[in-house]
Amino acid sequence: MATEYTVPDTAAKTAAAANQEFETEKMSLAMGPSHPSTHGVLRLQLELDGETVTKCDPVLGYLHRGDEKIAENMTYNQFVPYTDRLDYLAPLANNAAYAAAVEKLANVNVGPRVEAIRVITSEMARVSSHLMGLGAYGIDVGAWTVFLYCFTEREKLYTLFEELTGARFTTSYSRIGGVSRDVPEGWNDKVLAFCDQFLPILEEILKLLTRNKIFQDRTVDVGTISAKDAVAYGLSGPNLRGSGVKSDLRKDRPYWGYDQYEFDVPVGQKGDCYDRYLCRGEEMRQSISIIRQAIAQFPEGSYYAEDARKIFAPRKAKVMSSMEELINNFMIVTEGPQMPAGEVYFEAENPKGTLGFFIVSKGGGVPWRMKIRGPSFCNLSILPKVCQNELVSDVVSILGSLDFVMGECDR
Amino acid sequence: MSEPAAADVTSAIQAKFPNATIRPSGDHPAVNLPITEVVEALQWLRDEQSYDFLVDVTAVDWAEEASPRFSAVWHLYSTTQHGYVRVVADCIDDVDPSAPTATHLWPSANWHERETWDLLGVKFENHPDLRRILMWEGYPYHPLRKEFPLAGIETELPDLEVAAETEAKVIAAPMMGGPFVASSRGEMNLTDAEPRAKDESWTEKSAKPE
Repeated sequence: MATEYTVPDTAAKTAAAANQEFETEKMSLAMGPSHPSTHGVLRLQLELDGETVTKCDPVLGYLHRGDEKIAENMTYNQFVPYTDRLDYLAPLANNAAYAAAVEKLANVNVGPRVEAIRVITSEMARVSSHLMGLGAYGIDVGAWTVFLYCFTEREKLYTLFEELTGARFTTSYSRIGGVSRDVPEGWNDKVLAFCDQFLPILEEILKLLTRNKIFQDRTVDVGTISAKDAVAYGLSGPNLRGSGVKSDLRKDRPYWGYDQYEFDVPVGQKGDCYDRYLCRGEEMRQSISIIRQAIAQFPEGSYYAEDARKIFAPRKAKVMSSMEELINNFMIVTEGPQMPAGEVYFEAENPKGTLGFFIVSKGGGVPWRMKIRGPSFCNLSILPKVCQNELVSDVVSILGSLDFVMGECDR
Repeated sequence: MSEPAAADVTSAIQAKFPNATIRPSGDHPAVNLPITEVVEALQWLRDEQSYDFLVDVTAVDWAEEASPRFSAVWHLYSTTQHGYVRVVADCIDDVDPSAPTATHLWPSANWHERETWDLLGVKFENHPDLRRILMWEGYPYHPLRKEFPLAGIETELPDLEVAAETEAKVIAAPMMGGPFVASSRGEMNLTDAEPRAKDESWTEKSAKPE
């Protein structure tokens, strides 16, 4: 005997009769500014329909310190420590990129040794930044162990940074026209030893994730960005390459003699979170290879450029013993290195993407205007598009895969 | 480097846009364009000249007394030719400058233009969502303008309820006589710029007692 089911609720009945959906209310959720997955102080103002994101509005500026305003009020040399605080996970790379931009303005050619030092330190910064990115990403999607492995390795890198620059975190190592001090004796061998022991551990770290079913479920086909979108939204670095665009300034516009080194530029196929992860993993292998090549042909020479004498503060011993150097030092410190008037733009391929400095100079020791193009700023601008119709839990996964840092996003 | 020769790009632009003039540049090819032709030129550069990547949009304040006071700057990059080009256009109004939006050409222009509006007060016409991005909505100043002091200006807190409760304000940073270097405004006055002892309590606000 067939049972007849009746719908008791009259409201539901009329709605069903009129074939209309129940009115549901959209929920507004503020994710951040202090949320573990926002890796800093980013707030996502989400509009949710159930668990699906219908609108995502990133709110920035929590870490805005006015770096561009500060740059207009100090000499070129004084700004170097501020560049540490842009992408604070790879200060060595920022310092070098900034120095290279000003060198372009001043038309200074640093020697091969400085270039090699910059390549080595920038690649080490890339490894350390990607390790941090991977470790944090692991935590975001529920894999704790990766983080511990990554941090152990990163710690070893920081010990090497400390020996080279005197600081673990805010290195301020590059100077305009050189680096602050030469590579200590035996340091290169320690870097090589690090490379040797790091590669097997890197394989182990990647093994924890690459074929991990849970990790794949969280990342494959999540947050897919097409190559067209990636270019249109100005993505750069592993996020752009993850979408299959083979664009790497180290290959396309080689600086610091990157054309001497052999390395591959990994690109993704689909542009999902998993591809971006794979790109970072491979980039670390390539970076290690570049470091080894650079150390193998480490050139002799000076750690600052001779034609940067009016920019690069002279050694203390010289200042104390020579009148000319004393005056030179005084002028550099008080009025700043005198630059020609002009406009330059320089971008370097940093771990997070291309970090660019646009300098407008009217001459003198202070830039008239300095615009910093933070790659994280551009990388985040795609969030409203890519988070659309994703689940809230996938937003966490997407954020981690973009590997941004608010220091250079908010500046 | 397989960069297209600088002269090629600029002369191609000049052939297409007769009002374009070559802009002195320390590195990449650069042109000045009338602000009315900029969007057309950007679109042409993107579609015909393979400059498919908008690197950056920003503006420069050429000082309060300068006229034209503001210039908008676009940097384009070609992901196939690997070259940059810089397009500069002077904004017409010195008090309330504006520039045309490029958001319909590149979605990435959205945030760059919001930032330029926020920090320099250059209004991008027809921008779909021209809100502040780094400072909070309702902030009364454009901090990267040259007349804005480095220390900042005392302002109400963004949340008026919190402000009423706590009576707190956004205050100017104590500069203690700084900045201690030459500024882009001209020669440094060594007497004024001399660092003072930290424990002295007078600042710009409370003058040194006579």
